[in-house]
Formats: sequence, structure tokens, C-alpha cells
Amino acid sequence: MTSDLASVSTSPVSNGAAGGPGPRSGRWRAALRWEAALVLVLVAVVLFGAAESSTFLTPTTFFYLGTDIGYIAIMALPMTLIVMTGEIDLSVASALGLSGAMVGYLWHHGWGIWPAVLVALAVGALGGAINGVLVAKVGLPSIAVTIGTLTLYRGLAEVLLGSMTVPAIGDRPFPTSLTNIGVVPVPGTHMSYSLLFFLILAVVFGVLLHATPLGRSLVAIGLQPEAARFVGIRVNRIKLVLYIVSGVMCAFAGILLTLQNASVSYDAGSGLELNVVAIVLFGGVSIFGGRGSILGVVLSVAIVGALEMALTQMNVDPNVQNIVTGVLLLLSVIIPNGGELVRRVRARMRRLTPGS
Amino acid sequence: MPRTRTARRAVAAIGAAALAGAMLTACSSSVKTSADATGSPTSTGIKKGLLVYFIPKDTQNPYEVLADKGGEKALTELGGKVVVSSGTQDTAAAQIPSIQAAIQAHANAIVIAGNDPSALCPTLNQAAAAGIAIVSFDSDISCGTSPNHLFINQANTEQVGTSEVDLLAKEIGGKGQIAILSAAASATNQNAWIGYMKQELTKYPNMQLVSTVYGNDDPATSLTVLQGLLSAYPNLRGIISPTTVGISTAAQYLDTHKSLLAHLTLTGLGLPSQMRTYVEDGTVAEFELWNPSNLGYLAGYAAASLASGSASLQTGSTFSGGSLGTYTVLAPSAGTGPSVVLGPPTVFDKSNISNFNF
Repeated sequence: MTSDLASVSTSPVSNGAAGGPGPRSGRWRAALRWEAALVLVLVAVVLFGAAESSTFLTPTTFFYLGTDIGYIAIMALPMTLIVMTGEIDLSVASALGLSGAMVGYLWHHGWGIWPAVLVALAVGALGGAINGVLVAKVGLPSIAVTIGTLTLYRGLAEVLLGSMTVPAIGDRPFPTSLTNIGVVPVPGTHMSYSLLFFLILAVVFGVLLHATPLGRSLVAIGLQPEAARFVGIRVNRIKLVLYIVSGVMCAFAGILLTLQNASVSYDAGSGLELNVVAIVLFGGVSIFGGRGSILGVVLSVAIVGALEMALTQMNVDPNVQNIVTGVLLLLSVIIPNGGELVRRVRARMRRLTPGS
Repeated sequence: MPRTRTARRAVAAIGAAALAGAMLTACSSSVKTSADATGSPTSTGIKKGLLVYFIPKDTQNPYEVLADKGGEKALTELGGKVVVSSGTQDTAAAQIPSIQAAIQAHANAIVIAGNDPSALCPTLNQAAAAGIAIVSFDSDISCGTSPNHLFINQANTEQVGTSEVDLLAKEIGGKGQIAILSAAASATNQNAWIGYMKQELTKYPNMQLVSTVYGNDDPATSLTVLQGLLSAYPNLRGIISPTTVGISTAAQYLDTHKSLLAHLTLTGLGLPSQMRTYVEDGTVAEFELWNPSNLGYLAGYAAASLASGSASLQTGSTFSGGSLGTYTVLAPSAGTGPSVVLGPPTVFDKSNISNFNF
């Protein structure tokens, strides 16, 4: 993937934002256009939901939407930064499962909730660090590394809990004051706690990406890793830290899910990595790295969440819901890169045609 | 150059919005609605126009589809309506939105086959607080008394577990290595049966349970774990698969690898319709099951009776199970709350399998 990136971004027809001052502002405008389109899609989804389901425009829907997608959305934030650097982390849902399983395992063995939570966060950090070392230090392709750890972390979760659901029969229940985050909104609002945490974290990640030198470094790494290295950006160290952050965020999401459900089993959140990637790409983050915004990802979360709510309330076949998610994912890869792809195909055709 | 790029992206973005919009309107045509309330035969004390949400483990499992159809039949007889809602994967996360939808639709009852014994409890408790009667079937939830619910037991749990071991023991002469091919590792019903299987195995000291593997009720996963099992234990004599997806996958595999049948016997819980060819060609000698359609039908009647207040969770409370007769609520026992039992499982073999069409 890295070599491919380099060839794309150094080829003269696809200078992207790496050239002079003109393209940079152009890129900003392009990003804003994508977000503007997302706002339109969101409005369309909300209008559609309101038209098709009489219960869609209610505070309860907003609360349910928050509980159902908040913990998934939290994993999308570090994923955004990782994809910005041209890498990917497919182990997120398994890291969530492993951390949740760790909370359950320790709780089952008589630990207090807060020590268990701390250990789970540490496990998340360790899992992220393993990904990070293999990708950034050893230099293995992130897609291969994280497919491996996807299976590994889920396997470890199964080793921890087996067929047991915690609290098992005879265990203490999790503290009600904490499990209430799954059933009670933030006082005075209809917002779920996991959505609130996501929004706070989104602000932090947004500032980090868009208003700090580190954020500019991420963009530079995604666009031209070689150039970034030459100007003194510590590419490998940054990538390592990003994977650790991702591990911690996934652990946090796993803890939230455990408390929301007041229980945990080893398969918690299985398969969610694809939802997370879909949210990030639909939010306008380029799979080739270097382009994307937190605002886009937040809008994407809102769209995906509202769409799932509307389709479930209408009792649309879940297979159709999967098709909708799949098509959104394809569109979000094809549309922003469409011009690029056409140019590349043309260039190849020209090379292949003799005498031209 | 920047200008044209921007313009092109703008066009593309608007295109995206338009396409998404078109997709949304396309979806609206695929809303599933059940038969309207016809209000033909009236059982005493059942309210008309009841709305019952059936939330199976997933929407494709053929067993669950049959059960849901049974529920639809019951509610049609009672002048009510069934909505079937769930995900495509056997996870609690996929079922929670369906429970939420039932709450928002002001359903009268929820009939659920839990993918997880506990993870659904907080959401189901919200449903109960909204006045919705909760019935579980196929795979029970263990929420204690919050919410209080009625479990429609397909068969006595102990009987299912022990009878499968006895079936296998009879076929392999009570000795050799055996293994279990189950559904999800967290599935309540399979784990309860496996518990009784292990207990029953103590009666057969020469039969050793060497492994329990989990195919997650997914044919591809079941096949993978089955192949792993066969290569890890070449001397395996028997496999019990207490799930319709597992046993049909295993039967299909053995059917194409007939040499294995010389020393390997398969039994478990299967659908006659899926297993008929394998029983008729001798791949599988015997397996058992209850009628899933009747299970859903009984769950439908139970849900309607609870929602109408004509039955309660009190031990000894009775209600009509339609064409199945009258049922009595059993006292809670260890790990199970109030429940009713559909009936004993049926053993299928060459002599009777053609009589069953589910």
C-alpha cells in the first residue's frame, strides 16, 4: 500500500494537495463539498424516516440511536487518524471484545469494577501497541497485521470467557449506577452517555487533526510518507502512537458496551470492524490517506445511525439494510476517487496502446 | 485545474446525495407487513388487534423462520398481527434495535429467542416497563425477575440433553471418542443441553467427550470447525450436533465423504426437511426434534394470553394453546423462571421421516 501511495501522489496528473498553495485551498473546498453533501444526505434520511415511521422523530429514537451507535462511533475516531496516514486497523471490534471480556473475567473473579476497567484499558493499549510495532517498526502491511490480530484478540477473549456470559449465575451484578448508562439518558437531555462521550472525544480528535502540527503531520504522512520522513516527521513513532490510541479507544468502547448491556460474552461486538471502516470512509476519509475530516465522520455517524433506526422501525429486511450499508461504502470510495480512477485507467490505456 | 477539480467533486457529491436519496425511496417498497387482523375465531379473553413482535436469533435460520410462521398462524387465528424483526447475525447487538422498535411501535408482546442470556435484559426491561408482555422461546434469557417473562420450553431441557447421548450411545455401542458441534459458544439453550449431555455421559464410562466446537449457526463456520475436529481426532466415533445448522452441515459433509461413515456416527437436533435425503441414503440413522412451527404457535398464544391478562406468570395459571390444547405454567426452577413445555421431542428415522414436512 505504501509504494502504491507513493506512486499515486508523485505522478504528475494526481498532484492532490501536495503541490502549491492553490491545490491546498482546493482540497479544503473539496472536503467541505463532501461534508455539505453529507448534510444533505442526513436531511434526506431524517425526512425519509419521519415520512415512513410515525415514531421516528421522537426523543426516544434519539436516545436509542445514541446507545446503539455511540460505542461504534468512538472506535471510528482513531480509525479516522489511522486511515489518514494510509494505514488501517481491522482489529478494532476484536480489541473491543477482548477488553470487554477482560472486564468480565476480572469481575467474575471478584475484582472491583474500577480496577477491572483500568486493566481492560491497559489490555487495549497493549493490543494497540502490538499492532503498532508490527506495522510501524517491523514495517508489515497494516491490513495483514490487523486481520491477524482480529482473529487473535477474539480468540483470546474466547479463552478468557469461553461460553460464559458475565455476570454468570451466582456472580454479583455490575453496579447499577454504571449499567444505567444503557437505559437512562444524560440528565436533562435525551442523549445517551456513549453518544456524549463520542461527541466530547470528537472535539478532542477534531482539534488534534485540524489545529495542531501533529494533525498536519498525519496529512503529510498520508499524502507522501517519504517526503514526510525527509522533513523530519517521525512517521513510525506517530503510527505506533495512533495504534495504541486506537487500542485504548476500543477498550473504552468495550467497557461502555459491557456496562450498557450489563453483561459481556466473548463475542461482544463481533463483525463491527466493517461498520467502523464504513463510517470512516463514508465520512469522506480517503482510503489512500491524506484526506478527511472529523466533521465528516461525525456526520457519517449521524447518517448511518439514523438510517439504521429508520429501517428497523419500518421493519425493512436486515439483508436490505446490509445492502444499503454496502452501497454507501462503495459510493464513498468510488465518488471521491472517481476522477482519479478514470485518469489512471486512461493513462494505462495510453501506455498499452502501441504507437500513441 | 483546482477549479475544475472542485467543480467535478461538487457534482460528484451532489450525485452521491441524489443516489442515496433514490436508494432510500427504493427501500420503502420492501416493508414487510403481516396479514391483517381478520378476527375469525375468538378465544375467550384474548383481545383483538394485538401486535406481537417476534424477534428470532436471526432472520434466515430455517428453524426460526418456521417458528415465526407458527406465531403468525396463532395471531391470525386470534385476530392480531405479528411483526418479525431481527438482524442477519446471531448477536445481541443485532436484536436490541428490534426490541427498541417494538417499544416504539407500542407492541403488546415480544416473543424473543435470545442470542445472549443477559445482554438483552436492560432493553427488555425497558420494554416490560412500557407494559409489553415478554415471552422467550427457543433460547431463554436469564434476566431474573427484571423483566419477568414466560419461557416456552421446546422440550424438557434435561430430556433433550440426555436423549441425544442415549441415541448416540445406542448407535456406537457406548464406546469411543465423541465430540459436540454446537451453535454459538454463548447460546443458552445449547449450553444447557450440553450440560445435561455431560451429566448423562457419566453413565457411559467408555465414551469420552474429547471436544466441543462452535459453528455459530453459520454453515461455513460449522464446516470449518467440523474439518478441524476430524483432523484433530481421526479416531472420532460420534458427533452430536444439537443445532439444525450444525447437523445439516455435518450431514452434507459426511454425505460427500462416505468413507468416514465406516467409523463415524452423526446425530443431534435437525429439521426433517433438511435431513430427509441423508436419512434415506443412510448417512444419518436417527436424530430428533420437536415441531418448530408448533413452538412458535404456542409462543404466539402465550404472548396473546399474557398481553390480554387472561394468563399470568403464576405457577398453575392455564391458557389455551389453540389447536395444541391447554397449557399450564410451571413453577420456576434453577436457572429457569416461569415456563411451559411444548412436549417430548420426536425421534426421526427411516420409518417415519417422510411423515414430517417442516
